[in-house]
Amino acid sequence: MSVRVGVVTFPGSLDDRDAARAVRIAGGEAIALWHGDEDLKRVDAVILPGGFSYGDYLRCGAIARFAPVMHSIIERANAGMPLLGICNGFQILCESHLLPGALTRNDSLHFMCRDQRLRIENTSSPWTADFTSGQEIVIPLKNGEGGYVADERTLDALEAEGRVVARYLEVNPNGSRRDIAGIANERGNVVGLMPHPEHAVESLTGPSTDGINFFTSVLKSMVGS
Amino acid sequence: MARVVVDVMLKPEILDPQGRAVEGSLRRLGLTGVTGVRQGKQFIIDLAGVVEGERLELLETLAAELLSNPVIEDYKLRVIEDQV
Repeated sequence: MSVRVGVVTFPGSLDDRDAARAVRIAGGEAIALWHGDEDLKRVDAVILPGGFSYGDYLRCGAIARFAPVMHSIIERANAGMPLLGICNGFQILCESHLLPGALTRNDSLHFMCRDQRLRIENTSSPWTADFTSGQEIVIPLKNGEGGYVADERTLDALEAEGRVVARYLEVNPNGSRRDIAGIANERGNVVGLMPHPEHAVESLTGPSTDGINFFTSVLKSMVGS
Repeated sequence: MARVVVDVMLKPEILDPQGRAVEGSLRRLGLTGVTGVRQGKQFIIDLAGVVEGERLELLETLAAELLSNPVIEDYKLRVIEDQV
Protein backbone atom coordinates (compact mmCIF):
# COMPACT_ATOMS: atom_id res chain seq x y z
CA MET A 1 0.00 0.00 0.00
CA SER A 2 1.53 3.29 -1.02
CA VAL A 3 1.03 6.34 1.16
CA ARG A 4 -1.65 8.72 -0.10
CA VAL A 5 -0.62 12.37 0.04
CA GLY A 6 -3.29 14.93 -0.87
CA VAL A 7 -2.35 18.12 -2.71
CA VAL A 8 -4.97 20.87 -2.62
CA THR A 9 -5.73 23.05 -5.61
CA PHE A 10 -7.24 26.45 -4.78
CA PRO A 11 -8.15 28.96 -7.49
CA GLY A 12 -4.76 30.57 -8.07
CA SER A 13 -2.58 27.69 -6.82
CA LEU A 14 0.58 27.39 -8.93
CA ASP A 15 2.73 24.66 -7.47
CA ASP A 16 0.18 21.89 -6.98
CA ARG A 17 1.50 19.97 -9.99
CA ASP A 18 5.11 20.19 -8.80
CA ALA A 19 4.11 19.14 -5.28
CA ALA A 20 2.21 16.14 -6.66
CA ARG A 21 5.19 15.26 -8.84
CA ALA A 22 7.53 15.46 -5.84
CA VAL A 23 5.26 13.07 -3.93
CA ARG A 24 5.38 10.60 -6.85
CA ILE A 25 9.16 10.86 -7.22
CA ALA A 26 9.49 10.16 -3.50
CA GLY A 27 7.43 6.98 -4.00
CA GLY A 28 4.01 8.07 -2.76
CA GLU A 29 0.63 8.36 -4.39
CA ALA A 30 -0.41 11.97 -5.03
CA ILE A 31 -4.13 12.61 -4.62
CA ALA A 32 -5.63 15.79 -6.09
CA LEU A 33 -7.90 17.61 -3.62
CA TRP A 34 -10.23 20.42 -4.64
CA HIS A 35 -10.78 23.59 -2.58
CA GLY A 36 -14.55 23.38 -2.88
CA ASP A 37 -14.81 19.75 -1.77
CA GLU A 38 -14.70 18.72 1.90
CA ASP A 39 -13.85 15.12 0.92
CA LEU A 40 -10.20 14.32 1.68
CA LYS A 41 -10.36 11.01 -0.25
CA ARG A 42 -8.78 8.90 2.51
CA VAL A 43 -5.41 10.66 2.30
CA ASP A 44 -2.74 10.07 4.97
CA ALA A 45 -1.20 13.54 4.71
CA VAL A 46 -1.89 16.84 2.95
CA ILE A 47 0.21 19.49 1.21
CA LEU A 48 -1.03 23.05 0.72
CA PRO A 49 0.99 24.23 -2.29
CA GLY A 50 2.42 27.59 -3.25
CA GLY A 51 0.80 30.16 -5.49
CA PHE A 52 -1.69 32.96 -5.09
CA SER A 53 -4.90 31.42 -3.78
CA TYR A 54 -7.87 33.70 -4.51
CA GLY A 55 -5.47 36.17 -6.09
CA ASP A 56 -3.94 37.01 -2.69
CA TYR A 57 -7.00 39.25 -2.24
CA LEU A 58 -7.64 40.65 1.25
CA ARG A 59 -4.45 39.06 2.68
CA CYS A 60 -2.45 36.10 1.41
CA GLY A 61 -4.29 32.95 2.51
CA ALA A 62 -7.12 34.83 4.23
CA ILE A 63 -9.88 33.63 1.91
CA ALA A 64 -8.44 30.13 1.37
CA ARG A 65 -8.71 29.57 5.10
CA PHE A 66 -12.50 29.47 4.77
CA ALA A 67 -12.60 27.10 1.75
CA PRO A 68 -14.69 23.94 2.35
CA VAL A 69 -11.64 21.66 2.03
CA MET A 70 -9.97 23.55 4.88
CA HIS A 71 -12.72 22.54 7.34
CA SER A 72 -11.77 18.89 6.90
CA ILE A 73 -8.04 19.60 6.81
CA ILE A 74 -8.06 21.64 10.03
CA GLU A 75 -10.06 18.90 11.77
CA ARG A 76 -7.67 16.15 10.62
CA ALA A 77 -4.56 18.24 11.37
CA ASN A 78 -5.80 18.85 14.91
CA ALA A 79 -6.10 15.07 15.22
CA GLY A 80 -2.47 14.60 14.13
CA MET A 81 -2.49 14.24 10.34
CA PRO A 82 0.79 15.47 8.78
CA LEU A 83 0.16 18.77 6.98
CA LEU A 84 2.75 20.79 5.06
CA GLY A 85 2.13 24.32 3.81
CA ILE A 86 4.63 25.66 1.29
CA CYS A 87 4.81 29.43 0.62
CA ASN A 88 1.14 30.40 0.08
CA GLY A 89 0.36 27.18 1.97
CA PHE A 90 2.38 28.51 4.92
CA GLN A 91 0.38 31.74 4.74
CA ILE A 92 -2.87 29.73 4.78
CA LEU A 93 -1.68 27.76 7.85
CA CYS A 94 -0.99 31.01 9.72
CA GLU A 95 -4.33 32.51 8.68
CA SER A 96 -6.02 29.27 9.87
CA HIS A 97 -4.26 29.61 13.24
CA LEU A 98 -2.76 26.15 12.82
CA LEU A 99 0.59 27.92 13.12
CA PRO A 100 1.35 31.08 15.11
CA GLY A 101 2.43 34.40 13.60
CA ALA A 102 1.87 35.84 10.14
CA LEU A 103 3.67 36.40 6.83
CA THR A 104 4.03 40.03 5.78
CA ARG A 105 5.32 42.01 2.82
CA ASN A 106 9.06 41.50 2.22
CA ASP A 107 10.97 44.28 3.97
CA SER A 108 12.67 45.14 0.64
CA LEU A 109 9.25 45.45 -1.05
CA HIS A 110 10.72 43.36 -3.89
CA PHE A 111 9.50 39.94 -4.96
CA MET A 112 12.44 37.63 -4.23
CA CYS A 113 13.34 34.69 -6.46
CA ARG A 114 16.60 32.93 -5.67
CA ASP A 115 18.25 29.66 -4.73
CA GLN A 116 18.26 29.89 -0.96
CA ARG A 117 20.56 28.20 1.54
CA LEU A 118 18.78 26.91 4.65
CA ARG A 119 19.67 25.05 7.81
CA ILE A 120 17.28 22.30 8.93
CA GLU A 121 17.01 22.61 12.71
CA ASN A 122 14.13 20.30 13.57
CA THR A 123 14.25 16.69 12.38
CA SER A 124 11.50 15.34 14.63
CA SER A 125 8.57 16.41 12.42
CA PRO A 126 7.12 13.91 9.94
CA TRP A 127 8.24 16.25 7.13
CA THR A 128 11.90 16.54 8.15
CA ALA A 129 12.82 13.17 9.70
CA ASP A 130 14.99 12.27 6.69
CA PHE A 131 17.33 15.23 7.30
CA THR A 132 20.13 15.33 9.82
CA SER A 133 19.91 18.07 12.42
CA GLY A 134 21.86 21.12 11.28
CA GLN A 135 21.94 19.91 7.65
CA GLU A 136 22.36 22.71 5.13
CA ILE A 137 20.32 22.58 1.94
CA VAL A 138 19.71 24.80 -1.10
CA ILE A 139 16.20 25.07 -2.54
CA PRO A 140 14.35 27.77 -4.52
CA LEU A 141 12.63 30.62 -2.74
CA LYS A 142 10.09 32.91 -4.45
CA ASN A 143 7.82 35.21 -2.53
CA GLY A 144 6.58 38.75 -2.18
CA GLU A 145 5.08 38.36 1.28
CA GLY A 146 7.40 36.00 3.11
CA GLY A 147 8.45 38.07 6.10
CA TYR A 148 7.68 35.94 9.14
CA VAL A 149 6.48 37.98 12.14
CA ALA A 150 5.21 37.05 15.59
CA ASP A 151 5.45 38.70 18.99
CA GLU A 152 8.65 38.20 21.01
CA ARG A 153 7.00 35.75 23.40
CA THR A 154 5.87 33.54 20.51
CA LEU A 155 9.31 33.70 18.88
CA ASP A 156 10.97 32.76 22.18
CA ALA A 157 8.56 29.84 22.60
CA LEU A 158 9.23 28.60 19.04
CA GLU A 159 12.98 28.66 19.73
CA ALA A 160 12.72 27.08 23.20
CA GLU A 161 10.48 24.27 21.97
CA GLY A 162 12.63 23.51 18.93
CA ARG A 163 9.82 24.44 16.57
CA VAL A 164 11.96 26.47 14.14
CA VAL A 165 12.15 23.89 11.36
CA ALA A 166 14.39 25.81 8.95
CA ARG A 167 16.36 29.04 9.08
CA TYR A 168 17.74 31.24 6.28
CA LEU A 169 21.53 31.20 5.91
CA GLU A 170 23.77 33.84 4.29
CA VAL A 171 20.88 36.09 3.22
CA ASN A 172 17.60 36.86 4.95
CA PRO A 173 15.52 37.33 1.78
CA ASN A 174 12.39 38.90 3.25
CA GLY A 175 13.03 40.36 6.70
CA SER A 176 11.73 37.32 8.60
CA ARG A 177 12.20 37.65 12.34
CA ARG A 178 15.17 35.62 13.56
CA ASP A 179 15.81 34.36 9.99
CA ILE A 180 12.89 31.94 10.31
CA ALA A 181 12.09 30.08 7.06
CA GLY A 182 9.80 27.42 8.52
CA ILE A 183 8.07 26.42 11.75
CA ALA A 184 6.08 23.55 13.23
CA ASN A 185 3.07 23.43 15.54
CA GLU A 186 3.43 22.12 19.12
CA ARG A 187 2.63 18.57 18.12
CA GLY A 188 5.02 18.73 15.17
CA ASN A 189 2.64 17.37 12.52
CA VAL A 190 1.89 20.76 10.92
CA VAL A 191 4.83 22.45 9.19
CA GLY A 192 4.91 25.73 7.27
CA LEU A 193 7.82 26.52 4.99
CA MET A 194 8.37 29.63 2.86
CA PRO A 195 10.93 28.18 0.36
CA HIS A 196 9.97 25.49 -2.16
CA PRO A 197 11.30 21.94 -1.69
CA GLU A 198 9.00 20.67 -4.47
CA HIS A 199 11.11 22.60 -7.01
CA ALA A 200 14.30 20.83 -5.89
CA VAL A 201 13.61 17.16 -6.47
CA GLU A 202 15.29 16.57 -9.84
CA SER A 203 18.76 17.60 -10.99
CA LEU A 204 17.45 18.64 -14.43
CA THR A 205 15.38 21.53 -13.09
CA GLY A 206 16.35 22.23 -9.50
CA PRO A 207 19.45 23.81 -7.94
CA SER A 208 19.77 20.55 -5.97
CA THR A 209 17.67 17.52 -5.07
CA ASP A 210 17.68 18.51 -1.39
CA GLY A 211 13.93 19.10 -1.38
CA ILE A 212 13.00 15.44 -1.89
CA ASN A 213 13.70 14.65 1.78
CA PHE A 214 10.57 16.53 2.86
CA PHE A 215 8.51 14.11 0.79
CA THR A 216 10.40 10.89 1.61
CA SER A 217 10.20 11.89 5.28
CA VAL A 218 6.43 11.92 5.37
CA LEU A 219 6.15 8.64 3.46
CA LYS A 220 8.45 6.91 5.94
CA SER A 221 6.67 8.41 8.93
CA MET A 222 3.34 7.10 7.64
CA VAL A 223 4.69 3.61 6.94
CA GLY A 224 6.26 3.52 10.37
CA SER A 225 3.12 4.62 12.18
CA MET B 1 -30.27 51.29 5.06
CA ALA B 2 -26.97 51.25 6.80
CA ARG B 3 -23.34 51.52 5.93
CA VAL B 4 -20.62 49.82 7.96
CA VAL B 5 -17.09 51.13 7.61
CA VAL B 6 -14.18 48.98 8.77
CA ASP B 7 -10.70 50.51 8.90
CA VAL B 8 -7.81 48.05 9.13
CA MET B 9 -4.28 49.16 10.05
CA LEU B 10 -1.10 47.23 10.73
CA LYS B 11 -0.31 47.22 14.44
CA PRO B 12 2.21 49.94 15.36
CA GLU B 13 4.97 47.40 16.08
CA ILE B 14 4.64 45.70 12.67
CA LEU B 15 7.00 47.03 10.01
CA ASP B 16 5.08 48.68 7.15
CA PRO B 17 7.41 48.70 4.13
CA GLN B 18 4.69 50.14 1.88
CA GLY B 19 4.14 53.05 4.23
CA ARG B 20 7.88 53.59 4.36
CA ALA B 21 8.10 53.69 0.55
CA VAL B 22 5.25 56.21 0.41
CA GLU B 23 7.02 58.27 3.06
CA GLY B 24 10.13 58.41 0.88
CA SER B 25 8.06 59.57 -2.11
CA LEU B 26 6.34 62.31 -0.12
CA ARG B 27 9.75 63.65 0.90
CA ARG B 28 11.10 63.50 -2.65
CA LEU B 29 8.04 65.44 -3.84
CA GLY B 30 8.86 68.27 -1.49
CA LEU B 31 6.75 67.62 1.59
CA THR B 32 8.71 68.70 4.64
CA GLY B 33 8.37 67.54 8.20
CA VAL B 34 7.09 64.01 7.46
CA THR B 35 7.68 61.91 10.57
CA GLY B 36 5.85 58.76 9.54
CA VAL B 37 3.41 57.14 7.08
CA ARG B 38 1.31 54.02 7.70
CA GLN B 39 -0.81 52.46 4.96
CA GLY B 40 -4.07 50.68 5.73
CA LYS B 41 -7.32 49.46 4.17
CA GLN B 42 -10.92 50.55 4.36
CA PHE B 43 -13.94 48.32 3.76
CA ILE B 44 -17.31 49.93 3.04
CA ILE B 45 -20.18 47.50 3.54
CA ASP B 46 -23.66 48.61 2.51
CA LEU B 47 -26.56 46.76 4.09
CA ALA B 48 -30.34 46.76 3.84
CA GLY B 49 -32.21 47.15 7.13
CA VAL B 50 -30.78 48.09 10.50
CA VAL B 51 -27.50 46.94 11.95
CA GLU B 52 -27.91 45.90 15.57
CA GLY B 53 -27.95 42.89 17.87
CA GLU B 54 -26.73 39.59 16.41
CA ARG B 55 -26.07 41.16 13.04
CA LEU B 56 -23.73 43.72 14.57
CA GLU B 57 -22.05 40.96 16.60
CA LEU B 58 -21.52 38.95 13.40
CA LEU B 59 -20.05 42.02 11.69
CA GLU B 60 -17.63 42.48 14.62
CA THR B 61 -16.63 38.81 14.37
CA LEU B 62 -16.11 39.03 10.61
CA ALA B 63 -14.09 42.23 10.98
CA ALA B 64 -11.88 40.50 13.53
CA GLU B 65 -11.52 37.14 11.76
CA LEU B 66 -11.87 37.79 8.02
CA LEU B 67 -11.26 41.47 7.28
CA SER B 68 -8.28 41.72 9.64
CA ASN B 69 -5.64 39.38 11.01
CA PRO B 70 -5.36 39.98 14.77
CA VAL B 71 -1.73 38.86 14.75
CA ILE B 72 -0.61 41.85 12.71
CA GLU B 73 -3.58 44.21 12.34
CA ASP B 74 -6.06 46.29 14.35
CA TYR B 75 -9.51 47.19 13.08
CA LYS B 76 -12.08 49.88 13.86
CA LEU B 77 -15.72 49.35 12.92
CA ARG B 78 -18.34 52.07 12.74
CA VAL B 79 -21.98 51.99 11.68
CA ILE B 80 -23.50 54.85 9.72
CA GLU B 81 -27.30 54.63 9.54
CA ASP B 82 -29.52 56.14 6.83
CA GLN B 83 -26.76 56.00 4.27
CA VAL B 84 -26.54 54.96 0.63
